[in-house]
Amino acid sequence: MFDPLFDLGPHASFITISYILVVAVIAGLILWVRIDYARQRKDLAELEARGITRRSQDVGGQDQG
Amino acid sequence: MTGWAQALILRELRLAVRVGGGALIGVLFFLAVVTVIPFGVGPDLNLLALIGPAILWIGALLATLLGLDRLFQADRDDGSLDLMLMSGRSVELIVLVKCLAHWVGTGLPLVVAAPVLAIFLNLDALAIGAVTLTLLAGTPALTLIGAIGAALTVSLRRGGLLLAVLVVPLTIPVLIFGVSAASAAITQPMPFLTPFLILCALTLLSSVIGPLAAAAALRHSGD
Amino acid sequence: MALIDLANPSRFMAFVARVLPFAVALTVVAFAAGLYLAFFVAPDDYQQGATVKIMFVHVPAAWLAMFCYATMTMASLGTLVWRHPLSDVAAKAAAPIGAAFTFISLLTGSLWGKPMWGTYWVWDARLTSVLVLLIMYFGLIALWRTIEDPIRAGKAVAILTLVGAVNLPIIKFSVDWWNTLHQPASVIRLDGPTIHPTILWPLLVMALAFTLLFLVLHMMAMRNEILRRRVRTLQMRAAARQPATATAQAAE
Repeated sequence: MFDPLFDLGPHASFITISYILVVAVIAGLILWVRIDYARQRKDLAELEARGITRRSQDVGGQDQG
Repeated sequence: MTGWAQALILRELRLAVRVGGGALIGVLFFLAVVTVIPFGVGPDLNLLALIGPAILWIGALLATLLGLDRLFQADRDDGSLDLMLMSGRSVELIVLVKCLAHWVGTGLPLVVAAPVLAIFLNLDALAIGAVTLTLLAGTPALTLIGAIGAALTVSLRRGGLLLAVLVVPLTIPVLIFGVSAASAAITQPMPFLTPFLILCALTLLSSVIGPLAAAAALRHSGD
Repeated sequence: MALIDLANPSRFMAFVARVLPFAVALTVVAFAAGLYLAFFVAPDDYQQGATVKIMFVHVPAAWLAMFCYATMTMASLGTLVWRHPLSDVAAKAAAPIGAAFTFISLLTGSLWGKPMWGTYWVWDARLTSVLVLLIMYFGLIALWRTIEDPIRAGKAVAILTLVGAVNLPIIKFSVDWWNTLHQPASVIRLDGPTIHPTILWPLLVMALAFTLLFLVLHMMAMRNEILRRRVRTLQMRAAARQPATATAQAAE
């Protein structure tokens, strides 16, 4: 991907692979966060559509206090 | 030592040696692990002598990990853990006393068995002494660090494997200095005392951190 | 003060919604600048050639691996000492991100090691400590996933995180000792004060970009976690109200 642009010397493949893998892992993180967000939003919307609502100051997970 | 601590130790020991107590299974496991290693690396006596201390230490670590889930689990199942937590005594001290008793029941037999197993591994007399001494100084640290994992996973039905995963990284320093000290006694130029003293320091340190963290975990597990 | 204001998850959600676009834009700009500096400005190292380019992702990832654990340590103190309602959300959201950055630093480190040392992996003190750190991240994530109740899980993980924070320096020290015992110092020291400014500046900008990326991802993951807990609360309420529908939904 960078090869035609730069002369990366004899170890160009290592550099390219490491950048590709870094991009892949970060893309995976971003994807995970966004998919998770969409899923929670969907679940929440479904529950609220079924008429189950939160008490006004109740915030999820803090139901102990 | 106050009366309640003594009573607790006696109770734990009595439970450990009774039928179903499982104190000696750890030693059997230790024997099995040490026996299996030569089948993996080959029967070369020189090689075995070289890696003998490491084998004994890793065997002791695995055997300790195996027995850790008994530390709090049985007491939680029959409710006596809750009684101990509500007794008003310092939970940290209770954990420390329980760890001590658990070590006498599971760790000490490993230390006693180590010289015998060391002969299988072609260790000479000096090395046997060194390994046994390091195990004596180091296995309490394994139990005390393991108590943290045991307390964190006490409410889980199948926490044994998770416990091992949580505890192993924390035991790396103990393993490093235990094996270093034992190997130093075999390969002369390196000093024995330096790693051994650090090992003792680790044991003392974990006798503070272990009970503190385990007691906190036990308190929260009851919520 | 601001931290106390944000203690209310709803207010935190509003804050995230307001701040996130700017944070994302800032991250993109920082990455553009960092990559430009890394590839067009920074010279090749006289010893390592172009492989020094790997450093611009490796070192920031390693820095974040530790920064993330420090964040989790602070959050764990928040859970156990101040009982800040958002801190266990913060700790839980940070764990997978930290594990990912730790993984990146190991990955790039071994890809850097192959041309430099001749092997993908050496039991170098630094690599070994980072590997232990990765195992600890995995342990924390596993503990999060095994204890079902988020509040109890939060406390258990907080205790383990703090124990880990106390132990990490000891592990680092032991591994250093172990390494000098077994391996004569043949590994090239990649750090040190002799680093040239033309390499240092791109590195710092990349570190800033990675840190911003972490903050963005962390905010988004925290938002997900808050939503997840709301969903959980609502599901339990639904289950209490109409058991039949709830079991049908859980079986989906």
